[in-house]
Amino acid sequence: MLTSILIILIASALFGYRIISAVPALLHTPLMSGMNALSGITVIGALTVFISAPAEAAGWAAAALILATINVVGGFWVTERMLRMFKGKKSEGEVETPWQ
Amino acid sequence: MAITIIIASLIICGFLAGIRLMQSPRSALWGNRLGALSMLTAIIYTYIATGHGAPTSTLIYIAIGTLTGFVLGQSVKMIHMPQTVALLNGLGGAASALVAWVALSSSGNKVVFLFTAGLAVAIGALTFSGSVIAVLKLQGLAFRHPVNLKGHGHILRLAILLSLLAVIINSFSPGYSSLTVIAAGLALLAGLLMALRIGGADMPIVISLLNSLSGIAAAVAGIAVENLILTGTGALVGVAGLILTRIMCRAMNRSLLSVLAGFVPTAKKDIDSGDRETLDKESGQPGVAETPEKPTLEFIINDAQKIIIVPGYGMAVAQAQMAVRELVDTLEAQGKEVKFAIHPVAGRMPGHMNVLLAEAGIDYDKLLDMDTINPQFEHADLVIAIGACDVINPAANSAENTPITGMPILEAEKARHIIICNLDEKPGYSGVDNLLYSKLNVTTIWGNASETVPELTARLKNHK
Repeated sequence: MLTSILIILIASALFGYRIISAVPALLHTPLMSGMNALSGITVIGALTVFISAPAEAAGWAAAALILATINVVGGFWVTERMLRMFKGKKSEGEVETPWQ
Repeated sequence: MAITIIIASLIICGFLAGIRLMQSPRSALWGNRLGALSMLTAIIYTYIATGHGAPTSTLIYIAIGTLTGFVLGQSVKMIHMPQTVALLNGLGGAASALVAWVALSSSGNKVVFLFTAGLAVAIGALTFSGSVIAVLKLQGLAFRHPVNLKGHGHILRLAILLSLLAVIINSFSPGYSSLTVIAAGLALLAGLLMALRIGGADMPIVISLLNSLSGIAAAVAGIAVENLILTGTGALVGVAGLILTRIMCRAMNRSLLSVLAGFVPTAKKDIDSGDRETLDKESGQPGVAETPEKPTLEFIINDAQKIIIVPGYGMAVAQAQMAVRELVDTLEAQGKEVKFAIHPVAGRMPGHMNVLLAEAGIDYDKLLDMDTINPQFEHADLVIAIGACDVINPAANSAENTPITGMPILEAEKARHIIICNLDEKPGYSGVDNLLYSKLNVTTIWGNASETVPELTARLKNHK
């Protein structure tokens, strides 16, 4: 199990690096808030530990679940709101004409 | 086992495809939705996979979180996006720390498990306390000025080292509650100390770093609870945060270590956002300074065909986005071409200025990054800088031994004429005097941009 975990860790980091580097500065704020929502993925960790949690730790597991869900929903929703505001007139493929 | 790996890979590919769509503003909205869909799939899959044991109460907690998250996401203003992201980073970090904490309390005594779980608690705790301070600073609630305690750096380093030591000792001789509590406490202290002494203009770097840390906390917690999706996704966030941290450091001519060490470029004229806001309220007198030998503003603008606007954080502080948009509309109605030059750190988080201008209804086609716009300045008839100082200061290229020496700047000086609408003639955050102010082809308008820009627009309309 540890091997597959390490493989997926490295693969995600490498592919992530390539794809994320190509996001233009124009969209860096939505990128960050979107990635922020992804860090709420720990919600599935909270779900997993919830079951095995001893009674005295159940409150912590519940808190983790709530906080992570706020992170996910809040993050995706602010990103949605921001991206809806981005409007352009140029059509697909049309590029900026630099002044000569 | 095999099925777990396949599903985890698919979900992570979903996230990657979502980010891929974010490479263009046309598809970015769908990229975000694909990310949200992948997240939903991950949650449902996890719920079903653990379904025989997951109590119904979990659904209630998820519902509470969903509602709170939605209300939060719906109510924040775009200008407050940096503190919103910082807050969400903190929540994510805290959640990862709690997940690892609960895992520690219930199962396992393998060294790898104990070490990664302890580490996740520490990183999550540090992310949480650092984010709380960042939110307070950005919202202007407390610590608006960098706080530097006696022996600050030593205490910080000591706290991190001891926290790590507690985690390591705990991995070999588990003493669940005591050692982990110590590690968490020290990490909380480290986060506080780290964020307390950060100055306003360094915030983009710190937010990016906290973003990265929240991902790393999730990834490490994922290793502890042996969850592939958690590990892979956490790694994605960690990498994204690091990429943005590096971009911000480069754009500000700072090294990450010097920011974290609380090194402020210069102590003599340190003006951060807190100062500027007070100045806005006290002496927001608009005044046009024109020396007789210079042509009038109307003449300069009428004479210009190609115009580049350089917005800086001062514009955002003055809430002058709509005024700028009206200025652009007026200029375009007169048949002029207008473009925006956006410096990477023109805001309090990466890309913030673009969001503010998009909110004001300005086309993203006009918002150009530094590398695209720089070769075009020499062809521009006019540059209008609004609330921007350090990012257009040619001292970055010519002067030696200043905090901005070598910092990449927008080459506004190459334009035929420059109009600068800044609050006053004080230097920007770096404390370096702007060499442009004294040049002959530069006209300066001092005052709050929310007053001076509309005034400029009105003069243009009247002149016509």
